[in-house]
Amino acid sequence: MSKYASLADRTNPNSDLPARGERTTWNSLISFFRRNPIGLLGAIIILLLGMTAALADVITPYRDVDMPGRRLVPPGEEYFLGTDELGRDMFSRIVYGARVSLWVGIVCVSISLVVGGTLGILSGYVGGRVDSLIMGTMDVVFAFPGLIMALVIASVLGPSLMNAMIAIGIVLIPVFVRTGRAPVLAVKEMEYIQAARCTGARQFWIVLKHILPNIATPLVVQATITLSAAILIEASLSFLGLGTQPPTPSWGTMLGSGRRFLETAPWVAIFPGMAIMITVLGFNLLGDGLRDYLDPRYRFQT
Amino acid sequence: MGTYLSKRLVNLLTTLLFMSVVIFLMVRLMPGDVVDIMLGQETAASEEVLATLRRQYGLDQPLHIQYIRWMSHILRGDLGLAMRTRMPIQEDMLRKMPITIELAVLSVGLSVIIALPLGILSALRPNSLADLICRLLGIVGLSFPDFWLAIVLILVASRVFGWLPAPMFVPFFENPLQNLSQIALPAFALGFRMVASVMRMTRSTMLEVMGQDYIQVARAKGLAERYVVVRHALKNAGIPIITLIGINLGNLLSGAVIVEQIFGLPGLGWMLVNAIHQRDYTTLQASVLVSCLFFALTNLMVDVLYAYLDPRIRYV
Repeated sequence: MSKYASLADRTNPNSDLPARGERTTWNSLISFFRRNPIGLLGAIIILLLGMTAALADVITPYRDVDMPGRRLVPPGEEYFLGTDELGRDMFSRIVYGARVSLWVGIVCVSISLVVGGTLGILSGYVGGRVDSLIMGTMDVVFAFPGLIMALVIASVLGPSLMNAMIAIGIVLIPVFVRTGRAPVLAVKEMEYIQAARCTGARQFWIVLKHILPNIATPLVVQATITLSAAILIEASLSFLGLGTQPPTPSWGTMLGSGRRFLETAPWVAIFPGMAIMITVLGFNLLGDGLRDYLDPRYRFQT
Repeated sequence: MGTYLSKRLVNLLTTLLFMSVVIFLMVRLMPGDVVDIMLGQETAASEEVLATLRRQYGLDQPLHIQYIRWMSHILRGDLGLAMRTRMPIQEDMLRKMPITIELAVLSVGLSVIIALPLGILSALRPNSLADLICRLLGIVGLSFPDFWLAIVLILVASRVFGWLPAPMFVPFFENPLQNLSQIALPAFALGFRMVASVMRMTRSTMLEVMGQDYIQVARAKGLAERYVVVRHALKNAGIPIITLIGINLGNLLSGAVIVEQIFGLPGLGWMLVNAIHQRDYTTLQASVLVSCLFFALTNLMVDVLYAYLDPRIRYV
């Protein structure tokens, strides 16, 4: 190995191989994490976050909308992360905010993955006029600055969490069209696709059974990375008052309202921002790790 | 190069035409029209008055006529009147543009100066301590929301150094020093994520290029390593890096929406968000159009730069 060998190559590759060449999901999961401390860290963060969101009722001392205390109490024994401008417990609100953020990420990415992925596969598989029409439209959508577009769409639809998610989903569609289309172009020329055609399989069946599994990898990696983008855009929209509406605890909204008390009560803005950062970091780490692991170009880097 | 350029220009014009139609339609889709908003909810104005006002603003015309009117004014350099203030939008825009441009150029410049050397260093010594630190910084930096960094910066600056964001913005040519002191922190807040992304891109493309045969050849013929790195490797690794810088610049020029709000810098992004909040549709329409124009122009610049760097692209 040259001096450009990646970290993964330094470990003995044989030790990671499952017994008898069997590559079960479990084994490949273990090998992924063993080769990939970055991905592992990301996965742990996301897992903890998911558990926080699921167990919010158990973890938090108050509900997200409860106003148990005085306003703007600094962090301390009484309130772990202090209270906000309405006397609500910051810790409880941040924990409940994890639900909103994860929900936003999942819904936005689902919208753009399903619409964008389908369009991309259609574009690549059918080709010809359909391809030029879809790609031409996507080029126009791509030519808009993303955040500005999300802002305008969200304000056309009216400020609400659902509308913000739709706006973000629309803005992120072209990413998946491109990610989906390129591998389809390569895969559809393969012999096994021709073989499937010769057996008289339906087009839809060929796409579902033979093309989709072979292009899933780049889509999954892209989806993981896009999750963090979606969460960031939602935080931005909510910060400006165009996303999640109070009293729903969104980290972006909390950050936006906390900005007004920056001089006297910095914790109201600092902690939600920290939560956003950790979440985005988790998805970025996981996405990076997945890409390094799944993309042979990165795995066998010379 | 000539044909390539003209092709790209035609492409840009069609894109802009599409954009203007989309923007126009979207703003029309927003609830309420100019007259409703001007008069407010509590108005007791009769239907007759409303109709007269609508006729005055051309709102009784069919949509395509309204669009053509709007466009013909814009082509003559007239962005219209702001709904609230009844002032020409382009005057306001001309005051706000320089702020956004200064902010964008400063933060892109700052981030490139920091990111390029770090990325190259990282790629030349993979898995060294420096590389690991750079990679860690890269991924953490990428996860740093710029609006949060902006808030933290203000907090640190005000608590530790007693600095406060000035209430009034001072243009560069009035007082360069004071202007720079106002714009340095926001530029840093915006540049930080860019440092991370440019550094990561530089590292991965440089790694790929450094493994190529022509690098071996360059070394074999006895070139000094820095020539190999700068002349042979960096030049070939340049295209994806330039794309990324271009995308970032385009995003910033189209308005650093939130950071401008936080630091109270009245730039294009500030104008746009205020227009949304005040439901000033004419200003919104104009500022979104200008922001898209900037975005598209930056993309064009990157494409042209590409073709200049890589002759193969010109003939596709």
